[in-house]
Amino acid sequence: MEFNSNFILGCSAIGAGLAVIAGIGPGVGQGIAAGHAAAAVGRNPGAKSDVTSTMLLGQAVAETTGLYGLLVAMLLLFVKPLVP
Amino acid sequence: MGAGILLSGADDIDFMVHGVFQYELFGQKLWITTTHVCLFIVILMICIFCLCANRAIKHATEVPGGFQNVAELIVEMLDKMIGGVMGKNAAAFANYIGILFIFILLSNISGLFGLRPPTADYGVTLALGLITFTLITFNKFKYQKVKGVIKGLCDPWPIWAPINVIGDIAVPISLSLRLFANVLSGTVMMALIYGLLGFIATAWPAALHVYFDLFSGAIQTYVFCMLTMTYINNAIEG
Repeated sequence: MEFNSNFILGCSAIGAGLAVIAGIGPGVGQGIAAGHAAAAVGRNPGAKSDVTSTMLLGQAVAETTGLYGLLVAMLLLFVKPLVP
Repeated sequence: MGAGILLSGADDIDFMVHGVFQYELFGQKLWITTTHVCLFIVILMICIFCLCANRAIKHATEVPGGFQNVAELIVEMLDKMIGGVMGKNAAAFANYIGILFIFILLSNISGLFGLRPPTADYGVTLALGLITFTLITFNKFKYQKVKGVIKGLCDPWPIWAPINVIGDIAVPISLSLRLFANVLSGTVMMALIYGLLGFIATAWPAALHVYFDLFSGAIQTYVFCMLTMTYINNAIEG
């Protein structure tokens, strides 16, 4: 079956939209990390700088999976590997 | 096809790497791209800053003033950050981590000055990731010896070895992709705002610049250096 390249581009756009749903996971994870960090600062205000730096490090690592989804979306939209 | 990317009227959206000058080497067609130009500008800025700092420190006064103060502040901040993570190994790596920090930070915030950030090109970040990978592997063999490395590979059981190898190889890839994707997402977002909104986008995108270029860039710089230090420390201590 032959597919028109416009059809494939449209499907790529849908796929890109679906790939960005990967952002839900890191969002939830970062929220949990920030919440616990806030609780930790509330319990021990003296350790604020340590807690903040640890939180940022953990959040940045958790963010990676979401960024992979974003990269897949960017590849589908701008590099167009599936369009002949 | 190959027409506008999202909307047909979005011709002025531009965040891709462009070729500036083509040359041929060993039968390969190679390009000098905008990334090279921006990298050169960033490195030139760092060199000028370093020469000024060198001059200021050579004529150092007892009570620091002016530029000497700034240079001392930066070095003290970097030393404190590196010493806090690496402890007694800090002296050997302070040089590398310091230059890494300054380079990535300046690259990330160069979007503010109208350049395309060099770190939004995978070629740059992959090179940084590979340097980190080389340092990790070298220090692993230097401090743990071959026996320790093999023991580390067969950590719970020998059958785990392939998974441990994949885990080692994933380190530079995830490090470089994290930096690349973060900076690229900021660049694309700003390009979309300026390209799609046209004259509506006056003055208020400054707030977005603060977030995407300054905040995100500084956080990613910190994270890259922090992870590099942690991995090297793990390699040394086994």
